[in-house]
Amino acid sequence: MPVAIEKVTVYIEKKPYKVKPHQNMLQTCLSLGFDVPFFCWHPAMGSVGACRQCAVKLYTSERDERGRLVMSCLWPAIEGTRISIQDPEAVAFRANVIEGLMLNHPHDCPVCDEGGECHLQDMTVMTGHDYRRTRFAKRTFHNQYLGPFLNHEMNRCIQCYRCVRFYREYAGGNDFNAFAIRNLVYFGRQQDGVLENEFAGNLVEVCPTGVFTDKTLKQHYTRKWDLTMAPSICVHCGLGCNITAGERYGMLRRILNRYNSEVNGYFLCDRGRYGYEFGNSEKRVRKSLLRQAGQTEVISKDAVINHSAGLFSKDDRVIGIGSARASLEANFALRTLVGPDHFFTGMSDDESCRISAILKVLREGPARTPSLQDIEHSDAILILGEDVTNVAPRMALSLRQSVRQQPLQLAEKLRIPLFLDHAVRELLQDAKGPLFIATPAATRLDDVATATYRAAPEDLARLGFAIAHALDARAPHVPDLSEEVRALAERISHALRDAQHPLVVSGPSCGSEAIIQAAANVARALCTTGHPAGLSFIMPECNSFGLSLMGGKTLNAAFQTVEEGAADSVIILENDLYRRAPAPVVDKFLNTARHVVVLDYLANRTTAKAELVLPTGSFAETDGTLINNEGRAQRFFAVFPPDENIQESWRWLRDMMVIAGRREENSWQTLDELLTAMATTLPALARALEAAPPAAFRMTGAKIPRAPQRYSGRTAILANINVSEPRPPDDPDTPLSFTMEGYPAQAPAAVTPFFWSGGWNSIQATLKYQEEVNGPLRGGDAGVRLMEPAQPNNGSYFMIVPPAFEPRTGEWLLVPLHHIFGSEELSRSAPAVLELAPQAYVALNPDDALQLGVQTGKEITVDLAGTRYRLPVKIRPELPKGVAGLPAGVAPLEGISLPGWSKLSAGQ
Amino acid sequence: MEKVLTKNIRPEGEPPDLKAYEKAGGYQALRKALGMDPKAITELVKASNLRGRGGAGFLTGQKWSFVPVGKDAPHPKYLVANADEMEPGTFKDRLLLEGDPHQLIEGMIIAARALEADVAYIFLRGEYTLAAQRVRRAIAEGYARGYLSKNILGSGYSLEMYLHISAGRYMCGEETGLLNALEGKRANPRTKPPFPQISGLWGKPTIVQNVETLANLPHIIQNGAEWFKGLSPGQSGGSKLYGASGKVRQPGLWELPMGTPIREILEEYAGGMRDGVKFRGLLPGGASTDFLVEEHLDVRMDFDDVQKAGSRMGTGTMIILDDKTCPVGMVRNLEHFFAQESCGWCTPCWSGLPWAEQTLTAIEEGRGEAHDLEILAHITRWVAPGNTFCALAPGAAEPLQSALKYFREDFERHIKEKRCPWR
Repeated sequence: MPVAIEKVTVYIEKKPYKVKPHQNMLQTCLSLGFDVPFFCWHPAMGSVGACRQCAVKLYTSERDERGRLVMSCLWPAIEGTRISIQDPEAVAFRANVIEGLMLNHPHDCPVCDEGGECHLQDMTVMTGHDYRRTRFAKRTFHNQYLGPFLNHEMNRCIQCYRCVRFYREYAGGNDFNAFAIRNLVYFGRQQDGVLENEFAGNLVEVCPTGVFTDKTLKQHYTRKWDLTMAPSICVHCGLGCNITAGERYGMLRRILNRYNSEVNGYFLCDRGRYGYEFGNSEKRVRKSLLRQAGQTEVISKDAVINHSAGLFSKDDRVIGIGSARASLEANFALRTLVGPDHFFTGMSDDESCRISAILKVLREGPARTPSLQDIEHSDAILILGEDVTNVAPRMALSLRQSVRQQPLQLAEKLRIPLFLDHAVRELLQDAKGPLFIATPAATRLDDVATATYRAAPEDLARLGFAIAHALDARAPHVPDLSEEVRALAERISHALRDAQHPLVVSGPSCGSEAIIQAAANVARALCTTGHPAGLSFIMPECNSFGLSLMGGKTLNAAFQTVEEGAADSVIILENDLYRRAPAPVVDKFLNTARHVVVLDYLANRTTAKAELVLPTGSFAETDGTLINNEGRAQRFFAVFPPDENIQESWRWLRDMMVIAGRREENSWQTLDELLTAMATTLPALARALEAAPPAAFRMTGAKIPRAPQRYSGRTAILANINVSEPRPPDDPDTPLSFTMEGYPAQAPAAVTPFFWSGGWNSIQATLKYQEEVNGPLRGGDAGVRLMEPAQPNNGSYFMIVPPAFEPRTGEWLLVPLHHIFGSEELSRSAPAVLELAPQAYVALNPDDALQLGVQTGKEITVDLAGTRYRLPVKIRPELPKGVAGLPAGVAPLEGISLPGWSKLSAGQ
Repeated sequence: MEKVLTKNIRPEGEPPDLKAYEKAGGYQALRKALGMDPKAITELVKASNLRGRGGAGFLTGQKWSFVPVGKDAPHPKYLVANADEMEPGTFKDRLLLEGDPHQLIEGMIIAARALEADVAYIFLRGEYTLAAQRVRRAIAEGYARGYLSKNILGSGYSLEMYLHISAGRYMCGEETGLLNALEGKRANPRTKPPFPQISGLWGKPTIVQNVETLANLPHIIQNGAEWFKGLSPGQSGGSKLYGASGKVRQPGLWELPMGTPIREILEEYAGGMRDGVKFRGLLPGGASTDFLVEEHLDVRMDFDDVQKAGSRMGTGTMIILDDKTCPVGMVRNLEHFFAQESCGWCTPCWSGLPWAEQTLTAIEEGRGEAHDLEILAHITRWVAPGNTFCALAPGAAEPLQSALKYFREDFERHIKEKRCPWR
């Protein structure tokens, strides 16, 4: 139970305030709404006292009239602290700091990408500095090529050290550093090259000025004030990070982090930040297409509806295939159109089985799914089967912080304030709390792991079962375990049992249900022996959880239905079946079905086979609800209205229902009506309605503007065609307006389109939207949890322990190896991400490669599910003997089902 | 006064080896200390009033008393000898390192014993290659004789000692910058508090002590606190190595009672100014101290006395300015050094010092402008103690601010005549 913390009284400008203790005075001032300028302090990274920008006057007592300057970020809020922000000496000092920074800053704001949302600009204005007295030459630097995500412009640097602290200390990167001294400190790599860390993109927001800016934005640059922005949810993994997406002239321009204290906090991964460009891809389906007799023609919206009416002439001959990357609303619309009995989730048998198993475990409890914030505060962790950095990247960043939890107790014991980031790091050095990683191959978190265990999926599961048994003898015993593994299980069980907040992370990425069961057993064993544990399952896609909660039959069942002739028409929703099943199987299915209708925004092999292709909006052009791996329903909002030929999937499906006579003409006019219908039909999803305010919500009678007040050129852009300003587009589905019309005040978190506050133009304006620094956004963070473990708990242990893995002669167990850049479907259509994606390969350990007589780069033959591939070899020394790896989701391997056994041979 | 620290030192000769050092009474203090309760050693050092000889003059015993000792204390604990003597004009530790390394080692073992430290480092300035040779040899002798390593002289106390040769940087002389450098990190200073006594090297309790301070310890153990205090007429007690450089007749280094007046050092030991040059001022304790001028010559060279005169005794090694040397040029040279050595951490330092250097260069080269003196004065106020992260920039401001006070007309003449009158 959280202990109520007694507040302390501090005095600011002689007025008393009751505040939380153990925080620094800068944070305290900001939480109270005072403007104190800063650079090196970061709400997630604490204080280091480098920039000296946050100086205030400190007084020893009521009688002290003179006071002295202190850095508010280094000074703790203790009872009776007296400071002045307005003291003339403090004011002058802060202006002098800006003057000092400006001695070398190039003042290139008009050509700088940061201009207009630059923290340095804001702080300069805040301090009142306006005249630079130096007349000397400025220092200049070489700028580096850092890869496809970041521009580097070192001349703008103000040496605040935020970048290097984030990159090395927070995100664990080691190919970036601070070099040299005095006013020549250089922040970059030892030489030009792609930044290796998966979170490097955060430097865009961490850097207070324009040293690190978004390279993809630069290719279609727009000032912040000219962006139309909407609150959105990242679609590139199952974590549901909150993002702000920005658009101008119908093109998506960039993604910024949207703070949510429970989910992503201040940071995103680079797939989430840079995957968005799929929305601008040439592969976008922008017109309705009809394929008949080998001819493809573009048809009108009306023609689509009329044509689709034909499908429904005979009842019960149409099936629908949903999608784990489509919203609840789109899936529900399809389910309603075809009827629950004819609704298929689009997940394979295997995947469906695993996700359902996860949901069942979470529903039964006793372990609860933690938020990312909870994960960050866990103090002993077991990762079973997941390469977290590559499947749910943002979680890896949280886990990286969590290993500090146990050592931090030492700082508390020595009364070193936790906000003194470097003092704490100098004390803790390399001390790390327990983190155990059991995966088939090495992961990017191994550097902070207490121990790693490399084994085939069955053996990973066996380790998990053994840990559970070590914790609770009622959990099944694991026979034939090596002494080494048994000792490891013992060790892990002790670490988890000794922790305050133990956590088990697992998921379906290894393709093993046994791993999921093993993880569930460990969590159950902890919970039932008095050690409440978190249990976090990673989800493969942005709405895997939601789709599974909605339910439906598997893709294999859909194949069978058509094969057996029980259905002849198929409507496929935002789903490339070639990524779900082997190509021959999908070919057969699509060829057998008489009518294939595909709704999607990206052209793919499935749309290529469809008779009718309906262009739908990407996440940036539609609204909808996704459920993340925690079970949190979150709403994303269209950033801009789609082209006239494009419609939201649910609207296409509604139109079909109407033409098929399955729904009244005027029903489901808005998203809210659909959500209400969903809530009635599917009680488990009822609370998805609460994920955001309804369309009727108003701020002081007005809508919430997606465009900032300073949005420019709206009346000029079409003036060469028509001088009269077009009517702003309607948005019947949300309380947001597509223009700057509306009430520009702080809206509830779920409908906050951007962070911007008077004098705070940069992303640091986030602070102005929080109830207190690092707290929830005002009025509470967005999203509602849809699932809590049953009380009282009545589940039981999984009792079937899989047999140990046995390597075979001439055959290898192929396991999927995931890649943050390359494995996920949508971001593969973003050029910057694709640039870093690997080509297909086979990973082997050196002994197995030797046995096959192959070396790195040499091609070998892989026979999988009747298809033969020639793939180059990569050596991964850590792979277990008899286990080989294939990159997940990478062409031409997308549809194959892993793990699976395959013959490998060096010959043709 | 009897020579204490320098009694074994023969300036041009080899230092005493272990045998010679022992013959002169060396390591007797260690034997005595090993028989004492560690707390009693600290108490004795406290009673002696020994103040740190690195420049700040902090009370050594008091500093030690913050280190956790006893059963619950964290281990390993560390003792570090700060031998990174990089203060311009300062060469006193060099004499002790080169001239009598065993004295330092014995002092370190005594200090380490008092602190119950497990490991001791000598952090040596990279350029001191002769000292490195001699200290390395002395450590090896110490190990061979059982003064180091496990169970020293059967006392049950163990200590490992290492020589670490610095890769350079003035910042390494600052104790927390030194600790970072010793850990293989950038020599940036650390946030204080926590002080190294609580969280120092590798996060463990650590004492960083100047070479001269440590060298005093065997003598205090052997002769007692009262004897030590009696060595000097002044407040601080003990002897002190004083030095003088510049255009004096006999630049050098002398061990004298703490609190010897400046005039006495300058005239009796340094032999007064060379023929043809006149005294204009001096930096009493290295480059990072304020100028003193004629009127201060009777000030005693002791921490408090020099401070009262508006400067700091610092390392006690004076740099003398004469009338044939341009004060602006001298200060420019110093500010070049400080700007160069700024670690780049806090804004006033990394930004302000190069600005001061640029401005001084402009003045010296005849490009000075009327408001430059105002800017220089502003920079010295801006980098005042408390405004910066460590003491480097406030130290850098000291010669500049006092030069602006005592040699203002020289600065003004440079600007007015658009040239350096000394060139």
